[in-house]
Amino acid sequence: MLVYLPIAEISTNILTLLGVGAGVGMLSGMFGVGGGFLITPLLFFIGIPPAVAVATGANQVVASSISGVLAHLRRKTVDLKMGTVLLLGGLIGSTVGIWLFRWLSALGQIDLAVQLSYVLFLGVVGALMLQESLRAWYRTKKTGSGRRKLHQHTWVHALPFKMKFRVSGLYISVIPPLMVGAVVGILSAVMGVGGGFIMVPAMIYLLGMPTKVVVGTSLFQIIFTTAYTTVMHAVTGHSVDIVLAFFLILGGVIGAQLGTQIGLKLKAEQLRILLALLVLAVCIKVALDLLIQPGELYSIRVLGGE
Amino acid sequence: MRALLVLLLTLAAALPAAASEIVGALSQNRVSLTTSFSGSEILIFGAIRRDPGEEQTAETDEANGATDYDVVIVIEGPRQPVAVWRKDRRAGIWMNVDSMAMASVPSFYAVATTAPLNQIVSPETDATYRISARQAIRGVTGDTAGTPESALFTEALMRIRERSQQYLALDRWVHLDRDILFRANVRLPANLTEGAYTTRMYLVQNGAVVSQFRTAIFVRKDGVERWIHQLAFDQPLLYGLLSLVIALVAGWGASALFRMIRQS
Repeated sequence: MLVYLPIAEISTNILTLLGVGAGVGMLSGMFGVGGGFLITPLLFFIGIPPAVAVATGANQVVASSISGVLAHLRRKTVDLKMGTVLLLGGLIGSTVGIWLFRWLSALGQIDLAVQLSYVLFLGVVGALMLQESLRAWYRTKKTGSGRRKLHQHTWVHALPFKMKFRVSGLYISVIPPLMVGAVVGILSAVMGVGGGFIMVPAMIYLLGMPTKVVVGTSLFQIIFTTAYTTVMHAVTGHSVDIVLAFFLILGGVIGAQLGTQIGLKLKAEQLRILLALLVLAVCIKVALDLLIQPGELYSIRVLGGE
Repeated sequence: MRALLVLLLTLAAALPAAASEIVGALSQNRVSLTTSFSGSEILIFGAIRRDPGEEQTAETDEANGATDYDVVIVIEGPRQPVAVWRKDRRAGIWMNVDSMAMASVPSFYAVATTAPLNQIVSPETDATYRISARQAIRGVTGDTAGTPESALFTEALMRIRERSQQYLALDRWVHLDRDILFRANVRLPANLTEGAYTTRMYLVQNGAVVSQFRTAIFVRKDGVERWIHQLAFDQPLLYGLLSLVIALVAGWGASALFRMIRQS
């Protein structure tokens, strides 16, 4: 069953799109991530042009995050003040990212930039996550361990413009959260991801936020940043494909429900090890594409569009 | 009576090009890109009207081993500006290093013939009428086409588009019936660009074009596809917001639905 995508201008099998959506949705339900970092490379793989894949990926993240945000808001595990500061940074970052995306497209280097950022960020985050989760797993087996310090003083606490974040129990400068938000915004625009995989560790280790509010707050920031990114891509690049997004989302929401059920049956440490392995696998796949000589050295890019 | 026949024969000999004619038609000249579009089969057919004088000499022609008519059909999609990029290894990574812009290159190009093109059309004719895809591209790249560097890029363009079935060389694809009727089935792929697809039909004899006929297929998005595409380009802000609303409603609606199912 084929469907013609009006913006990507190709026709694709509906079942493939639903399958990609459902697969990624399942993983995102299992691990509580948006899944943008999986969906964008998969879209490249099935032949969607990079610009459309990135813009539509951002749109898909909005759909996969909304139910999570609502659940966290209901449970009051969102630090709205911190979320707003992160969001401000995110909007600035996204604007810069959109501009960067267009500039790199014009240079013909957007594929490389997207692939390199995938290798870099997924590699670093995956490795850190794997190391951390393996250690945690080891610790639960051995029982009895050193406790993490509740409050560590780092360079983060020496910066000016301090602000009180009551829900997180923090009194820190607004500069680090703004920066974290901006980085995530750039990633969202260039890579078509929500950026949760980089924001969550940054919030825990850099800002020192309590784990309880981290996921809700990051989802809160992600949904607004990706929504903004989607609209910006639609306005500047006309590259959001609503039909493509529809089928991805349809598959995604069904997959996410299944994933949540599976996730409940697994232990948290095991989940984190699996997620880390998954992130590393995507990273290695993208890296190999860059390192192995491609079969076809030439590529064609249609200029101007309309 | 004899004088009249002589007159006719001399006339026919004097105007060989105007003598025989090719007339063609398409099974459809409108293709709609709708949600379910997955490519379209187009039947191109027509007739060759032989000049009456020649018919009488046909037998002697055959005895002399003179070649018969051949038909060449060219379908050319709307032209687009493209850039062809070349990858090379830099610091261990394969990246785009070099590019060549081409101002207007056909988005689709199919050449269907009764026999291999290089056997029925002389290179000069090919160049004059821009029949093969190579000639159609060369026409726009102009003088630079001579340098070996740009030839590599042109080759690459042809190779990639041939592999993706955007450029087709359909040898022996046109069926010729009793040297009068011809037909060919050409499949337009699913990844069509909107616009006019000019269709040229050439009647070829002894390597030269005797007669030609032109028509066009109009490809346009239709129905919901058309509406979506127009909205995306005319009202991008509205379109962006619409895609957001769909995402929000679908994402929230689905989880609400599943919660209801689980509770009941």
